[in-house]
Amino acid sequence: MRENGILRVIARFVIPLILLFGLYIQFHGEYSPGGGFQAGVVFAAGWILFVLIYGLDLGLKVIPERVMYVLTALGVLLYSLVGLAGVALGGHFLDFYPLLEDPHAAQQAGIILVEFGVGVTVASVMMLVFTLFARRRSWWDEVDAEADGEGR
Amino acid sequence: MEWLGHFNYWIVVVLMMIGFYGVIARGNMVKKILALNVFQTSVFILFISAGKIIGGSTPILREGVSAYSNPLPHVLILTAIVVGVATVAVGLALAIRIREAYGSIEDDRIAAQEADEENRQSEPSR
Amino acid sequence: MFLVVVALAVIRVRDLFAATMLFAIYSLVSAALFTVLDAGDVALTEAAVGAGISTILVLAVLTLARRQEHPVPGHNLLALAVVLVTGAGLVYASMDLPEFGDPDNPVHGHVGSYYTEQTYADTGVPNMVAAVLASYRSIDTLGEAFVIFTAALGVFALLSVRPPARRSRARDGEEAP
Repeated sequence: MRENGILRVIARFVIPLILLFGLYIQFHGEYSPGGGFQAGVVFAAGWILFVLIYGLDLGLKVIPERVMYVLTALGVLLYSLVGLAGVALGGHFLDFYPLLEDPHAAQQAGIILVEFGVGVTVASVMMLVFTLFARRRSWWDEVDAEADGEGR
Repeated sequence: MEWLGHFNYWIVVVLMMIGFYGVIARGNMVKKILALNVFQTSVFILFISAGKIIGGSTPILREGVSAYSNPLPHVLILTAIVVGVATVAVGLALAIRIREAYGSIEDDRIAAQEADEENRQSEPSR
Repeated sequence: MFLVVVALAVIRVRDLFAATMLFAIYSLVSAALFTVLDAGDVALTEAAVGAGISTILVLAVLTLARRQEHPVPGHNLLALAVVLVTGAGLVYASMDLPEFGDPDNPVHGHVGSYYTEQTYADTGVPNMVAAVLASYRSIDTLGEAFVIFTAALGVFALLSVRPPARRSRARDGEEAP
C-alpha cells in the first residue's frame, strides 16, 4: 500500500485530524460526549491507520514498543496514584475533594487526571495488541527462513 | 401500545439468540468470537434501552432541558464495551496459538487431529 | 429491524472477511441506535471500538489463518432447538419487564435520579456520564483499567513466545510453500 498516492495524500490529511480529535475528546470529555476510553481508542486508531499505510517499522519508530509497555503501566499507575493522593491528604481512596481548596475545581482536576490515565492505558494497550498481532506473520517467515537455512 | 412497549426486549432476545446460535453451532473460532460480540451487543442494547426515558435527552447538563435519560447504564456499558474489546483481543491471541499448534482454527478438525494422535500413541503399546 | 438482518448475515456468511466487514456495519448500526437512545458517549465508543479496533484485530488474525470457514454440513438442529427454547423463555420473561421509556421505571429510582439532579452541585461537571464514570464510580473504573492492562499482559504472554516451525502450521489445506 506504500505506493498508492491517493492513500498517502489522504492519510496525510486525515491522521493529524484523527489524533487531534482524540485529544479533543480526551480533554473536553466533561463538557461533551467523550472521555478516556473513547479518546484512547480513537488515538490508537489514528496510529494504526498510519501503520497500515506506512508500514509497521516506521510506525514503531514513532512510538517504540518499549515506550508502549511503559505507557500501559504508567496510565494505571497514574490512576492509582491519584486515588492514593486522596488518602494521603486525609480523604478516602479516590476521593478528589482533598486535592484542592475549591470542591468543584478539585473534582474537575481529579476527573481530568483519572481520565488521562485511562486514556493513556487504553491507547497504548490497543497499539500494543495490534503490534503483537501484526508482527506474528513476519515472525513466522523468519522462523521458516531459519529452519530452511538449517535444513540445507 | 401495550405490546409495543416490549418491542425493544424482543429485538434484544432475537439478537442474543442469533449470537448464541453462532457460538454453539459454528466451528470456526473467529466466527465464534464474532458471534460472542453480537451476543454482547444485545446486552448493551438491553441496558441502554432500559436507561432511556421517552422525551428525555442526552445526560449532559444544559439550558432548557428538563428530563435526562439515566446516565448510570451508559457508564456501565461504556466500560463493558472496552472490556469487551480486551477479551476479544485475548480470544484472538488464543486462536492464533491454537492455529500454530494444530494448523487449524476449526473445532472438528482439531478434534479429529487429537483422536488421530491418541490412536497413534495407543497402537504401538498393543 | 436492520440490526437483526445484519446479525443474521454475520453468522451465515462463510467467507470470514465478508463476515468481519458485516460485523463492522453491525457495530455502526448499533452505534446509531445508541445515539437515538440518548447515549452519546456509548455510541462514540461503540463506533470507535466495534467498527474500528475490533475489525482491525480480526483482520490481523485473518492474515494468519484460513479465510474461508470450513463448511458445516446441514443445520445443527440440536443447537437450533436449544436456541429457540431459550429465546421463547426469555420473551416470556420479558413480559414482566417494565415498559420501554417510562420515567417511573425502577431503573430510574435510587442513585439514577440522584446523579441527574446532584451531579452539577457535587462536581461542577456538565457531562454526567464523565462525572459518574470518573468520580462517583471511580473504583469501578480503576478495576476496569486494570482489566485492560491484564488483557494486554495476556496477549503479550501468548504472542511473545517464539512460533513453531512451518511443519506444524501448513496442515490447514492451505498452499504449502
